[in-house]
Amino acid sequence: MQQSNAYIITFSVILTVVLGLLLSGTSQVLGPLQKEAEALDKKKQILGAVISAEEIGSMKAEEINAFYNSHIATVVVDIEGNEVTEQGGTPVTAESVDIGKNYKKPVEERLFPVFIFHEEGNAEAVQSYIFPVYGAGLWDAIWGFVALDTDMNTIGGVTFAHAGETPGLGARITESGVQQRFVGKEIFNEQGELVAVSMQKGEGKDYTGEPHKVDGMSGATITANGVNDMLSNYLGHYKAFIDSKKSSTTLAVVN
Amino acid sequence: MSTETVEKAIEKKPAEALLSKRRKRLISDPLVDDNPITIQVLGICSALAVTTQMKPTLVMAISVIFVMVMSNLVISLMRNTIPSRVRIIVQLAVVASLVTLVNEVLKAFAFDMYKELSVFVGLIITNCIVMGRLEAFALGNKPYDSVLDGFGSALGYSWIILTVAFFRELWGSGSVFGLPIFDYVSSIFGPDFKLATNGLMVSPVGAFVILGLIIWVQRTKTGYVEH
Repeated sequence: MQQSNAYIITFSVILTVVLGLLLSGTSQVLGPLQKEAEALDKKKQILGAVISAEEIGSMKAEEINAFYNSHIATVVVDIEGNEVTEQGGTPVTAESVDIGKNYKKPVEERLFPVFIFHEEGNAEAVQSYIFPVYGAGLWDAIWGFVALDTDMNTIGGVTFAHAGETPGLGARITESGVQQRFVGKEIFNEQGELVAVSMQKGEGKDYTGEPHKVDGMSGATITANGVNDMLSNYLGHYKAFIDSKKSSTTLAVVN
Repeated sequence: MSTETVEKAIEKKPAEALLSKRRKRLISDPLVDDNPITIQVLGICSALAVTTQMKPTLVMAISVIFVMVMSNLVISLMRNTIPSRVRIIVQLAVVASLVTLVNEVLKAFAFDMYKELSVFVGLIITNCIVMGRLEAFALGNKPYDSVLDGFGSALGYSWIILTVAFFRELWGSGSVFGLPIFDYVSSIFGPDFKLATNGLMVSPVGAFVILGLIIWVQRTKTGYVEH
């Protein structure tokens, strides 16, 4: 059967409006729940740098929130390591800083949140500092969190995530086996220069004795390079903050 | 406008049984004899991509069942009003809306699953099985029959991807639904015994191998030959 153009257009318009209303309605209703799920996911990633994936997997949503609240303190700094509490009149919190959006700004204008992992309820007894990192993989953005021990040199753990790396190749940065390779590595060399750590080309070699090298991922060299750049860039951006913490801990030791 | 012409030809016949022989065939045919994956070889993309583990595969299967049943129902209800010149776009709009619904619900209630599946849930829109059934069946049949047909095809798709996922997870990661089966089995034979897992099964290549084996076994049994 042939219908007139007017009928087809009317039909299309009605269909579009009905479906549009349905979808925007759903989005409105589910929006708050989705925000919550996203925030929880971010907390899981942050905690993933300091506690094991199995432990996080066994915790319920409320437990993760409670654990996060009692173990994580936050501070936001700028490139010079100075604390930032407000920007343009609005207060700044570490959770509200969007690393991805900041990544697009010039380095001097970016905000750098730091998540401080401390003993339960005692913000003074710091166990490690967790720094968000962000960069580009092969196809899309990659990001993660790096935990530094209180010597501000040894990596206590990392978590990585990605938007669109190749499954089985670059996407392996999310596997705990790959992330474990970074544990115990050091970011400063003996001369005190920031060299970060870098994944090497090829896979299966043993880099136990080399504090700045990590076994690579076979077939995912570009993602690995992205990880390397991301780490050296962001640890560089945090260097002022790291140095300030470093000098205060050495002072404490001297005293 | 001449839109409501076709339907009224059918006179009052004795009502067909709710699950008559013909209707049962609507569900059972796509399971083996006319399986969308192994016979029609449709929907291969997602069958390869999501089947490394049972859990995401199950979520995917449920999503496809929901999308197929609902889209078949909606299209079948509208079949006499859909202008034939834009029917593909109408089908696409309905399927895309349903898929977006699934995606939004996953994002709100199962965020980990959403992260794992995200792209592939979106790709249900272009899953040839869905569009194929809408075009071939729902446009010309009554709602109830169309629902059965969609359910049958989706089940045919689901059991295949679940079977593939079962073997891939078992051989690739040594577990089923995350339960470490290989560890249990290994521990029976003493502390030094360790069942090896096969990395090939974790990569998409593994899905090709398993799928090929399933198709081989099935076609040997049914004697199906491609013409």
